Amino acid sequence: MLVKTVFAGFGGQGVLLMGVCVATAAMNEDKFVTYMPSYGAEVRGGTANCTVSISTDEISSPIASSPNYVVAMNNPSLLRFQHIIKPGGYIVTNSSLVNVELGRSGVTQIQVPGSDIAEELGAMRSANMVMLGAYAAVSNVVSFQSLIDAVGEVTGKKKKELVEFNIKAIKAGHDYAKEQIKKFASIEA
Amino acid sequence: MKNKEKRLMRGSEAIGEAAVRAGCACYFGYPITPQNELTEYMARRMMETGRVFLQSESEIAAINMSLGAASTGVRVMTSSSSPGISLKQEGISFIAAMELPCVIVNIVRGGPGLGNIAPAQSDYFQATRGGGHGDYRTIVLAPGSVQELYDLTRKSFELADEYRTPVLLLADGMLGQMMEPVVFNDKEILPEQLPDKPWTVKGAKDRPSRFIRSLLLDVDVEEEQNWRLYRKYQRIERREIRHEEYYMKGAELAIVAYGTAARIAKAAVKRCVEKNMRVGLIRPISLWPFPYEHIYKTAETVKHFMSFEMSTGQMIEDVQLGVKGRAEVLMYGRPGGVVPTPAELFRVISRAYNKIAREK
Repeated sequence: MLVKTVFAGFGGQGVLLMGVCVATAAMNEDKFVTYMPSYGAEVRGGTANCTVSISTDEISSPIASSPNYVVAMNNPSLLRFQHIIKPGGYIVTNSSLVNVELGRSGVTQIQVPGSDIAEELGAMRSANMVMLGAYAAVSNVVSFQSLIDAVGEVTGKKKKELVEFNIKAIKAGHDYAKEQIKKFASIEA
Repeated sequence: MKNKEKRLMRGSEAIGEAAVRAGCACYFGYPITPQNELTEYMARRMMETGRVFLQSESEIAAINMSLGAASTGVRVMTSSSSPGISLKQEGISFIAAMELPCVIVNIVRGGPGLGNIAPAQSDYFQATRGGGHGDYRTIVLAPGSVQELYDLTRKSFELADEYRTPVLLLADGMLGQMMEPVVFNDKEILPEQLPDKPWTVKGAKDRPSRFIRSLLLDVDVEEEQNWRLYRKYQRIERREIRHEEYYMKGAELAIVAYGTAARIAKAAVKRCVEKNMRVGLIRPISLWPFPYEHIYKTAETVKHFMSFEMSTGQMIEDVQLGVKGRAEVLMYGRPGGVVPTPAELFRVISRAYNKIAREK
């Protein structure tokens, strides 16, 4: 098993943190894992992305030329990564901000209004956690529990109440995505 | 948390933490991408541990500060990336001449010149052929994972002390930036726990004075010093060769690759093996001393080698020196900071392999 995921969005949306949380969860499940942030001559307010590879075997390249999953937090991310997704793969989009149509076939799009859900919960900046929950529901690559634990481990260093809020956001995203997946299943049936 | 000591770490942080745990007392650096995370990490950790962190005014200053600190016997590290390492070469030559232990990290980026900040392997010649002036060698270790960055940083300090010689840790922007789990499988040493070195210059109270210098105007003295260094390098060549093999049993084509390129090669080789192709990988971990002998022995049965590098071909010369004409040596490389994909390398290997099979 080798699963590669690209998390992408605006700088500041917390996409790198999403990657670190998933990578930590995978590590705690004793899987092989690599996390690779995009880097270059980046600009403030520009795009950010990272790739997380999770496997039961040693991982060769931490870069994804054809990821199984893409989590797109904004329009540029969808446009940039939609064509490299492996056929049969998934793209999870933050439908609060992503309004361009997916320009290809052969992949499943799961739309989750991450920013809206986060705002309803009380903190718009937790949209990344909502989307993280959604990603966990779609991919099942790490267990929901180890993801929650990892988020506590990664974000809990500073504030405890932040962790509780993050977990709430992850659960909300997870539940929303589960419903979406159910709908897909019933349509296909 | 099952394993408390397993941590998800960035490559550059792994180098920094390994240095701290190895008892590194001084770090000197000057910023350059893609290794600033290491300097940043050292700034924080050296302050926490009450040790010396200094951001110098230039790379040249940093290497000479390292030289000075090393002459007092403490463990020292400096780091930079390709253009900065070029600036350090004079100092590295002096450190080799004065027989001082020092760890130098090069997070290689695309070159020549200022190049770019993408991962590359184009500093192989510079690293393994001395780099600075004079008849000297530096031990060069090339890690291939974040765990290995950690392990080999520790090893670098040990080798530097054991042989009183500069050790170069050669990584690249990808290894420095990526995160992987790291197990701390070593024991932490504090600087004050390290044994005293009998050659240091830190005050000659109650003992005769000592000299550490590289200016030896008497040709006989300089010649003897050169032979001394030569004997030391021979000792290192006998004892410190490190390499790894992957699917080499029964292989007809041997890929030779190190560091990031070796990771990519592993995936490509695995795919070849799954398609019943007899392809294996030799991964040199020490680039100097290079595993010539091992390659020579391998060339007894394996008649085709392919050097795979993120450059136009530098290590290939060492592979050729290893096979000594016993086998054909092919080359595939991507310079300029391009990281080839395993799929791309698989295609290249398949083509070469099929050609070999046809000609047989």
